[in-house]
Amino acid sequence: MTEAPVPAISVKNIHKSFANLEVLKGISLEAQDGDVISILGASGSGKSTFLRCINLLETPDEGEITVAGETINMRRDRQGRLMPKDRCQVDRIRAELAMVFQSFNLWSHMTVLQNLIEGPVHVQKRPKAEAIAEAEALLEKVGLAERRDYYPAHLSGGQQQRAAIARALAMRPKALLFDEPTSALDPELVGEVLKVMRSLADEGRTMLVVTHEMSFARNVSDKVIFLHQGQVEAEGRPEEIFTESSSERFNQFITGFRG
Amino acid sequence: MDFEFLASTFVTLVKAVPTTLALFGASVVLGAALAVVLVVMRTAGGPILSAFSRVYVFIFRGSPLLIQMFLIYYGLGQFAVIRDSFAWPVLREPYWCAVLALAFCTAGYQAEIIRGGLQAVPPREIEAARSVGMSGFLLVRRIIAPITLRAMLPAYSTEIILMVKSTALASLVTVWEVTGTAQRLISQTYRTMEVFLVATLIYLVINFIIVRLIALLEHRLSPHLRERPRISGEGRTVTSLETPHD
Repeated sequence: MTEAPVPAISVKNIHKSFANLEVLKGISLEAQDGDVISILGASGSGKSTFLRCINLLETPDEGEITVAGETINMRRDRQGRLMPKDRCQVDRIRAELAMVFQSFNLWSHMTVLQNLIEGPVHVQKRPKAEAIAEAEALLEKVGLAERRDYYPAHLSGGQQQRAAIARALAMRPKALLFDEPTSALDPELVGEVLKVMRSLADEGRTMLVVTHEMSFARNVSDKVIFLHQGQVEAEGRPEEIFTESSSERFNQFITGFRG
Repeated sequence: MDFEFLASTFVTLVKAVPTTLALFGASVVLGAALAVVLVVMRTAGGPILSAFSRVYVFIFRGSPLLIQMFLIYYGLGQFAVIRDSFAWPVLREPYWCAVLALAFCTAGYQAEIIRGGLQAVPPREIEAARSVGMSGFLLVRRIIAPITLRAMLPAYSTEIILMVKSTALASLVTVWEVTGTAQRLISQTYRTMEVFLVATLIYLVINFIIVRLIALLEHRLSPHLRERPRISGEGRTVTSLETPHD
């Protein structure tokens, strides 16, 4: 008997409420190494919150998160809310799940290269020279080698997001979390970012992508999850879900994009 | 114009500059340390510490520095507890009373300036830092402090200049700094105009140097806020890598 492979990310039964509004009503997800999973949904469906729960930028009210076989230890505080038990473990797991944000969130007081080596040098304590060499290779890869000494404010949105992707990669993460990476970009800049993301998918990186880019979800991802009002309304391989989805709501949702 | 008198006045007053600078330096440094404590109490302390910090700022910003100084210099000595305490050798000295009063007062202002700077740190950049596994002191040192420092400098330079001028109040608790020395000279010569003009000149020179130093620091800390550097042939190294990285 062979053991089942350990999933890169396994999330079980995530619940999250803000005040009285229940945003996530029990969402589970499993990603194997190399999986590219697109998470779709109308705004307010909870998809960004779900992604942010995975690296505990939001603390879920219920649920269990396991990254490469390591489950994040949680405890309950006096009000019964879930809290991370071990802050160091959270920091370590966050470093393994690099995140790319909708508005890039580069550190404004550092150059592109400094942004890339910040985590490797100061969090992971890797030698600076090694981090710089690796960062330069990554900048080459996302087409920003010539912008290494620019400050974020001096770059276009598309360049900033490519730098942010390189910053995420510099952490040598086990998986990448993308939170609507192209939503803040001018339409003509979306393509350059998607191209980089597609090349990462082709490399076999594990990626969870919250997105509105239907062509990316359809053509690049291995799996699509459609959230509606805090629940998984439909999921499956893109060729299945986009052609013969059993969900009326998903069909309505993608029709809206075609129109 | 009696240049000989002006020159001798200048020499006398310049001899008091070290006292003025010592008052200024000690009180700004002490005040800054206290301000950091107040800000930590305000932002990260519980409700009680936070309330203490607010009340402190309210009292020391809201009452005249001169009265604070008198209370420390004349007031504390009335209590036998304090006269008998370990702190008396310090509190007995006019110089240290002046330093304490100046430090307590500027701490209130500096705390508010630091808090303003903290509010200028974009939450998104903090979130990005958390997402790579930063937390605690590392997060403060690498991300929050540099951005805060840059944001608070303009207001901070104003406060520092006010502090240079506030040291003049120490003359009223018998510390012989520039203003006190000037007044003593006037009481001997009755030449108010010349002596105070020379004193003014000295304060202006000190503040000019301080303003320039802070402007220099501000410039060093804000390459990212300037216009994009123009370079011949895109792709060349624009600035030295080493600056903010140790």
